[in-house]
Amino acid sequence: MEKKTFVSTRNACKLCAPFGSTLVFKGIEGALPFIHGSQGCATYIRRYMISHFREPVDIASSSLGESATIFGGRKNLSAGLKNVMKQYNPKMIGIATNCLSETIGENIEQYIKEFQSNDKAYSKIPLVGVSAPSYKGTHQTGFHEAVRSVVKTLVKRKGERKKLLSILPGFVSCEDLRHLKEILEDFGLDYTLLPDYSETLDGVFWNEYRKIPEGGTPIRRIKEMGMSKAVIELGKSLLKSESAGSWLSKEFDIPYYNLPLPIGIQESDRFFKTLEKVKGFPMPEKYKKERGRLLDAYIDGHKYLFGKKAVIYGDEDFVASMASFVSEIGVIPVLCASGEDRLKETLKTLIDPKIMDQIEVLPSSDFMEIAEKAEVLKPDVFIGSSKGYFMARKMKVPLMRAGFPIHDRMGGQRMLHLGYKGTQMLFDRLVNIFIEVKQETSPVGYSYI
Amino acid sequence: MAVVLEERKDQVLRLENGAKDIVCEKESLAGSVSQRACVFCGSRVVLYPIADALHLIHGPIGCAAYTWDIRGALSSGPELHRISFSTDLTETDVIYGGEKKLYQALSELIDEYKPKAAFVYSTCIIGIIGDDVQSVCKKAAKEKNIPVLPVHSEGFKGIKKDGYKAACDALYRLMDENKDEEYLEDNPFTINIMGDFNLAGETWMIKEYYQKMGIKVITALTGDSRVDEIKKCRHAKLNIVQCSGSMMSLAKKMKEVYGIPYIKVSYFGIEDVSDALYQVALFFNDKTVLEKTQELVRSEIERIYPKILEYRKALEGKKAAVYVGGAFKAFSLIKALKTIGMKTEIVGSQTGNQEDYKLLREVSGEGTIIVDDTNPLELSGFIREKKVQILIGGVKERPIAYKMGIGFCDHNHERKTALAGFQGMLNFAYEVYSTVESPVWKWTQPDYL
Ligand code: SF4
Ligand code: SF4
Repeated sequence: MEKKTFVSTRNACKLCAPFGSTLVFKGIEGALPFIHGSQGCATYIRRYMISHFREPVDIASSSLGESATIFGGRKNLSAGLKNVMKQYNPKMIGIATNCLSETIGENIEQYIKEFQSNDKAYSKIPLVGVSAPSYKGTHQTGFHEAVRSVVKTLVKRKGERKKLLSILPGFVSCEDLRHLKEILEDFGLDYTLLPDYSETLDGVFWNEYRKIPEGGTPIRRIKEMGMSKAVIELGKSLLKSESAGSWLSKEFDIPYYNLPLPIGIQESDRFFKTLEKVKGFPMPEKYKKERGRLLDAYIDGHKYLFGKKAVIYGDEDFVASMASFVSEIGVIPVLCASGEDRLKETLKTLIDPKIMDQIEVLPSSDFMEIAEKAEVLKPDVFIGSSKGYFMARKMKVPLMRAGFPIHDRMGGQRMLHLGYKGTQMLFDRLVNIFIEVKQETSPVGYSYI
Repeated sequence: MAVVLEERKDQVLRLENGAKDIVCEKESLAGSVSQRACVFCGSRVVLYPIADALHLIHGPIGCAAYTWDIRGALSSGPELHRISFSTDLTETDVIYGGEKKLYQALSELIDEYKPKAAFVYSTCIIGIIGDDVQSVCKKAAKEKNIPVLPVHSEGFKGIKKDGYKAACDALYRLMDENKDEEYLEDNPFTINIMGDFNLAGETWMIKEYYQKMGIKVITALTGDSRVDEIKKCRHAKLNIVQCSGSMMSLAKKMKEVYGIPYIKVSYFGIEDVSDALYQVALFFNDKTVLEKTQELVRSEIERIYPKILEYRKALEGKKAAVYVGGAFKAFSLIKALKTIGMKTEIVGSQTGNQEDYKLLREVSGEGTIIVDDTNPLELSGFIREKKVQILIGGVKERPIAYKMGIGFCDHNHERKTALAGFQGMLNFAYEVYSTVESPVWKWTQPDYL
């Protein structure tokens, strides 16, 4: 790991573990996220999600107070679970611990077992516990830990192998999830996508407040994942030991494909080829056309892009695939940064070594460090979440908002990044940024460019 | 009817014949989705606007990440407060203690940013891992020769109000440790504005009113304030306290120790803001000040009132719900809504006390529902029952209103439009008007309206 210049973190480029875990729980049908720990974290996490998704996000908390931290939170947890069951009538409760409950040594697995055996009336609703101390990782850790816990808790029987494809997309946008579903359906694949918060966090207008929004991966479908004929898991930053996909693969002997997020031609090709392999058919005409149009656009726009410098920041898998995409079109990802610590390894899995040489990689970094580096590198564009706005503004460099969170624009949840179509949208936006700069800074005021 | 959990029944009050007292100031019920934050949140709100101080959050990353730049507390000069500093504790720190890291972080940040003072916020796990924050602060203060003040804001040790108290304690220490500093001022009429945080420039507006009246504001606690001003503010003749929750403990302390009297005011709504100015004028009982105040109030009302009447025409008889952090703000809102012809059907706060709720009862009409520490399910039930058309609250309440198809107005710390003062009343009226009158509701009208 590279040495950080500061011991402290200045404007973090990461969030904490329970954030990721609750997001996963939001993507399961009828599930309610629950944080076992202090109240504040749940409220802050809700607020943070609401500002991006602009949807109700109910996260319950066991509200540990002072006495609970001395005598343990067992009582709060069981009282809390009962209350939530009464009020929300959930089909599942996903329980994440937080820093406080972990530090006082709460054993969530144990508590869940006790709770379920103590009172038969409450044992019908599945409870999934995940240990999410933030000091052990980031929101991504919490996300993947939760997916793994869900799978490990719910997938039990080993039945006959079905034509089912299990797909674990990682932390992507609601629109990305919808697009993935569209692709899988067009391929005629029977699939389970976990998690799927495309409806729960980007739903329709309701008229009447609902306890738990519609949508999410059906629990029944999760249970069947052990019978899949293939597992696709997106995200190369995942360590095998942490990944739900590799657990499924090992436990049930299922072929496993761990792919980068499909952004850009190279990675979208890889993704579609994998689907072709799983299905045994070539990809539908529709996607061949999408791919063809994208290539056509690459050619149309290449002159505006050559040699431009981009600073890309955010979650490792997002940064890696984004860097791969921009280097396909002549933009140099001069700086790739993340609050996570395996960025270099992740980048190396998909970026050409020649391009790697041009990239400065900042793992375990924060926004002030990114800003300071950017001052030196003088990029032409920033690519990442709205959290980079302050530096983009200061340096008067355009920011192409992508990934999470988008707190200062509408529609972050509806932004598409994946596949040929997602790449097409990113491409058009990126090239237009440079065209606009050219147009705005020209004394002529060209109306054709 | 709204679902109210048995244990919460006493925290809901319907103003009907023979209604009993409401129960408040309780720990949130385990398992409910409280809209409350935590102790840390309270401290952060109060101290955050001090723009030339270093605000270091000691703990794991989340608490700092979620509060980065979320409040619109403006500064006319330095903006150090807008950087979110954290010790970002990791597992080893949790096991071996975070003191060393805290010390290093303080040293490097003070060297780099040269703040006038530093506040160190302890979050949840700090007390549990046993860090002696006090002595680290002492050491750093001595070495760097600036005040370094611990803020004991472990989230689980109470509610937001306790965080206000912790912040007030830190402010008091800042004054008291520097009480020998001299202060020269010709103007005999000196005040401090307390409990205003310069959201959307509100402190500036209020300061300008007092200046026009011939009164010198030594500092605002803490809107757009500076460490040096705060050190001297004990020389004021009068403290003007807004927002009963956050600064009362400091005002009481300053009265007790320095003999500075205080008055409680609110700057929301025409009546309250006029009253706030008159009370100050009457306190100094100076003819010129009184005349200037009359002139100011008259000209301001003349300026805004005709426009308000226009909005009132459209809003007459419409129904509102108010759910805010502190109860004091709720009174003003009820009155302000009355000014524009609207009735408040539901009113509540996260942290009101018995005295607050008594006053709320007095200003609320028959049939009003009063709630303490409510949650989305309850609130939405009451909104339906009362056929409310606009909800006034914070960002966490926004999706509740929107999903139900009714209007929403942000009256929390994140707002970007000034709502205080005379202009603020006009802005408020316009915001309510533009919300209620928007044509979008035509498509989403709830079935009960
Ligand atoms: S204490 Fe831990 S879980 Fe809570 S907000 Fe902070 S980092 Fe996140
Ligand atoms: S409850 Fe504790 S850990 Fe959570 S945000 Fe508040 S201070 Fe931080």
